[in-house]
Amino acid sequence: MPLNVSLEEIYETYRMTEKEHFDIRAVTLGINLLPCTSDNFSQLLNRVEKKIVTTARQFVKRAEKIDARFGIPIINKRLTITPAALVLSGALTGAAAEDRKRVVAFAKLLDHCAQEVGVDFLGGFGALSEKGMSYADQTLIDAIPEALGSTEKICGFINLASSKAGINMRGVAKIGGIIRDLALNSENAIGAAKFVVFANAVSDNPFMAGGFHGVQEADNVLNIGISGPGVVRRTVEAAPRDLPLNEIAEIIKKTAFKITRAGELVGQELARNLGVRFGSLDLSLAPTTAVGDSVGRILEAMGLERVGTHGSTAALALLTDAIKKGGLMASSHIGGLSGAFVPVSEDVGLSEAVKTGTLTIDKLEAMTTVCSVGLDMIPVPGDTKTTTISAIIADELAIGMMNNKTTAVRLIPVPGKKAGEMVSWGGLLGEAYIVPLHQENSDYFIWRKGQIPAPVTSFRN
Amino acid sequence: MNKDQNKNKDLAVVLVVGKDRSGIVAQISDFLWKEEINIEDISQKIMQGIFVMAMLVDLAGARSDLGVLAPKLEKLGEKIGLSVQIQHHRIFEAMHRV
Repeated sequence: MPLNVSLEEIYETYRMTEKEHFDIRAVTLGINLLPCTSDNFSQLLNRVEKKIVTTARQFVKRAEKIDARFGIPIINKRLTITPAALVLSGALTGAAAEDRKRVVAFAKLLDHCAQEVGVDFLGGFGALSEKGMSYADQTLIDAIPEALGSTEKICGFINLASSKAGINMRGVAKIGGIIRDLALNSENAIGAAKFVVFANAVSDNPFMAGGFHGVQEADNVLNIGISGPGVVRRTVEAAPRDLPLNEIAEIIKKTAFKITRAGELVGQELARNLGVRFGSLDLSLAPTTAVGDSVGRILEAMGLERVGTHGSTAALALLTDAIKKGGLMASSHIGGLSGAFVPVSEDVGLSEAVKTGTLTIDKLEAMTTVCSVGLDMIPVPGDTKTTTISAIIADELAIGMMNNKTTAVRLIPVPGKKAGEMVSWGGLLGEAYIVPLHQENSDYFIWRKGQIPAPVTSFRN
Repeated sequence: MNKDQNKNKDLAVVLVVGKDRSGIVAQISDFLWKEEINIEDISQKIMQGIFVMAMLVDLAGARSDLGVLAPKLEKLGEKIGLSVQIQHHRIFEAMHRV
C-alpha cells in the first residue's frame, strides 16, 4: 500500500516525540475498593491487597508493551483507589488512638501493594468532605502527616468545597495545620507535595497527587493523562510575531487535537489489552523540569517579556480554552481536568519568574481562575502561620466554588526557609524559590470555622 | 485504501532525518531485509535543508516487533550519522486524519 500521510506530517510527529517531549504523561488504573469493606480490619487488609495485586498485576508490563508498539513514551503508571476514608470507615473502632494506627497501617499496606505491582504512585488516600467530615474522614486526615510521611508512593487528597455545598471552613481551618505537620514530617518538606486540597474534585483524574477513583465510576477504569507543553510552545514560537491571537488559538487547538488523538489511540489499545473500561482522556499541559517543557514559556512565546506580568491571565485563558476545544474535538472521552497546569516548582519559566519577583502569589491566584487546576507546587516560607495556609486555601476554593470549576492547592511550607531562598527537590519535582506571602494575618477569619454557603448559582432545582 | 488487502499487515513508518549523502537507502534497506521486513513505499524530500525520508514498512513477517526494532534502528542511525526512528502507522493516521 502507498504511504498515505505526507512527509511533513510524519516529520511533525517525529519532532513532537523526539524533540518536544510529547508523551503519555500517565496511564492510571482506577480500582473500586468498596467490595473489600469489612468490619474486621485484618480481613479488610487481606481483601484490599488481593484486589489490587490481582487487578494490576499485568498493568505495568502491558503499558510498557504498548509504549514499545507505538513508539510514544508512557512516563508514569499509576493506580487510584476509592477514597480511603470510605473504604476504612466500617473497620474503625471509635477509639481514636487505635483508629489512627489503623489508618497508618492501611497506608503502609497500599504502599506495599504499589511496590508489588510496580506502579509509580497510588492515589486516593483521602476524603470527600465538602459539607462535613465523618468520623472516618477526621481520623484519616489527622493521620495524614504520619501516613504520607512514612510511605513512599501514596498520594492523598481532601475535597473541602463544591459549587453545590459551599466551603467546609472547619475542614479548611484544620488542614492548614495538617499541611504544616506533613511538611515537618518529611525530608525537605516533600511530603506536602503528595497532598492536594480540592474544590469540585473530579472522580477520573489521572494526574497525581490528586487522583482518586470516584464512587460513581465502574469497577476498573483506565484513565489517560496526556501532555505536551513543549509541542505547544514550539508551534507558538514558530508563529509570526504579528499573528493575531485568534489565530494563535487556532494553532494551539490544532496541536491539541493531534496529541489528543495519539493519546486516545494508545489509551484505547491499553484498555483493550487489560480488559478494562476506557474511562477518560485528560489533555493537560503538565510542565516538567525538562528545558522548554514549560507553560510559562508558552505564555512568553505569545509576547510577554516574563510570565507573571500584565497580560499573563489573558494569555493563560486563551491557552486553556484552546487546549480544551482541540481535545474535545479529538475525543469524546475528554474528562479529568483538561487544560493547563501551573505548578511553580516543576515549570522552569514559572520558577524563574518567581525568582525575579514578576510572578507573585496574587498573580498566581488570578491565573488559577482560568487554568485547569490551581495553586500548585508552591513553596512558601517554613514559618508561615497555619491560619495563613488555611486562608490561601479558602481563597482558592472560593474561586472553584463560584466558577463551577475544579481548583486545588498544593502548598509546601519548607521548614527553615525564608522568602526568596531556593529549595531543590531534584527529579520531576524540580527546584524553586520560596514565594513571599502577605504578612498580615487572617486568624479570626479562619477561627470562625463553619461553612461558607453555596453560591446562589447552585440553586437550579 | 483497500482494507481487506491490508488487514493482515502491521504497518509502521521508518523515518530517516539528517544530512543527505549516498548510500542511505541501501544501508537502511539492507537492515530491513535482514530483519525480514517488507518495504511498501518510500518517499523522500529535502525540507529546510534537511534530508527527510519515510519508509512505509510491513512488520507482519518481521523477526522482531517494533519495541525491539526501534533501538536497533537508532543504533544503525548513530553508525551512519543520521537519526533513524520507527513509529506505528496508526499513530500518523490518528494524528493527521480526521
